[in-house]
Amino acid sequence: MTPLLDIEKLSVTFPTSKGPVRVVDDISFTLGRERLGIVGESGSGKSMTGRSILRLIRPPGQVTAQKLLFDGIDLTTRSERQMRDLRGARVSMVMQDPKFSLNPVMTIGAQITEALRAHGNISRAEARERAVEMLHAVRIDDPAHVTGLYPHEVSGGMGQRVMIAMMLIPKPDLLIADEPTSALDVSVQGQVLDLIDELVTGRGMGLILISHDLNLVSRYCDRILVMNAGKIVESCAARDLKNASHPYTKGLLAAIPRMHETRDELPVLDRAAWGGT
Amino acid sequence: MSAIALKNLDISYGPRRVVSGVDLDVAEGESFALVGESGSGKSTVLKSIVGLAPDWSGEIRVFGKQRGHGTNRAFSRTCQMVFQDPYGSLHPRKTVDTVLSEPLAVHGLADRDARVGEVLSLVRLDQRFRYRFPHQLSGGQRQRVAIARALTLKPKILLLDEPTSALDVSVQAEILNLLKRLRKDQGLTYLLVTHNLPVVSFMCDRMAVMNKGRIVEIAPASTLHTGDFSDAYARHLYAASGGT
Repeated sequence: MTPLLDIEKLSVTFPTSKGPVRVVDDISFTLGRERLGIVGESGSGKSMTGRSILRLIRPPGQVTAQKLLFDGIDLTTRSERQMRDLRGARVSMVMQDPKFSLNPVMTIGAQITEALRAHGNISRAEARERAVEMLHAVRIDDPAHVTGLYPHEVSGGMGQRVMIAMMLIPKPDLLIADEPTSALDVSVQGQVLDLIDELVTGRGMGLILISHDLNLVSRYCDRILVMNAGKIVESCAARDLKNASHPYTKGLLAAIPRMHETRDELPVLDRAAWGGT
Repeated sequence: MSAIALKNLDISYGPRRVVSGVDLDVAEGESFALVGESGSGKSTVLKSIVGLAPDWSGEIRVFGKQRGHGTNRAFSRTCQMVFQDPYGSLHPRKTVDTVLSEPLAVHGLADRDARVGEVLSLVRLDQRFRYRFPHQLSGGQRQRVAIARALTLKPKILLLDEPTSALDVSVQAEILNLLKRLRKDQGLTYLLVTHNLPVVSFMCDRMAVMNKGRIVEIAPASTLHTGDFSDAYARHLYAASGGT
């Protein structure tokens, strides 16, 4: 079976006054219909990796790859128009903050049906019905009422659920979730991730969960890639994260305070150890 | 005598009451945490103590002295605040040196130059950062400057509003270690606001759980080892944070 995503030697470069900077540096990985977590600290290139799959990096940023295949389709040679048919329909992305990613002057119902009507030939009434159904699936209590609301009228957790509904309604094969819960409270975080998990496994989709939170990613993914300075430094099954071998991963794990904390001091990353910043 | 004593504190923003009936005692030298979700009123309590949320009623005492509603210089010298976002809390067009000298100038203190050098070494920032602007510093370095600024007047109490939630985990570890060491060396009292329970477990002696503007439970931080909270909401928050 061909993998859903096959990436070889992907690099993203941005020009700066000090010369070009490679924010993603020659990374390769494949993804099946599974849940893959990409973790790293700010500036590690994890979000850029997610965005380059959808070809969302605009000039002067430059993406190069030896191979960038989605379900056998070569993404590097597709035209912008052809990409638009893929985005949303087959690959979609949930962004970090619903406050900035939903259109403030469109009702929630209109935004959800827009995605549907852009990709399929369905009637307004049918689209509306599916939107209500989908909002129900993301556990919004009174979906018919919520479709008439504007984004500022709903809470952060509800906004994020709306965004998930919007991204999943065209039934994509791959969902890229970039820090989907970091703007949310802990108690809502769990609900949103459980929901993504349920929908992804139920439909046999592929999921890329991008986050800075190692514990969270290990709880919700099958496999984990750890990124640092644009490179993948560790790739392992989520349950083996505790036995990670790279000093960076080990350092990150040790630096997180624990609920049963007994240490007097937290170990600090020795950045010189692997030539990091 | 307690360092901070709040009695029946109500705080409003305009017509909206956001904190009701808070009673709290923080002993001198203690590290006390206020935890809760967004909108629970935990940051508002800090703001009222420091004078940024003037619409309150009840009683705020700091080392026994009652606090008025206005700004108060003597008060500023005992109690200082560190904010959440080091990117937003430092003036972008002022150098580290200017930021750190300003409180000394406001209070008319002499030997400013020496004191600025001192606080920089307290927070383990190299002297070469002294004449830089905030944009030339990393997030962790900025938070060190913000902590240094709070320490310039030699306060006895630090109010910390989510001091590490904008930082990466590896940087968070450095800042938490720094805060812990400073408290020990300088004999400071901390009132820390956070939503991160493991941070409380590392940093604090006692904690108050807030929900919808009220304190629902006050417990020793060691309760986090067992999860033995008596209030239902506190148990819920504990479970959601990954406690078992």
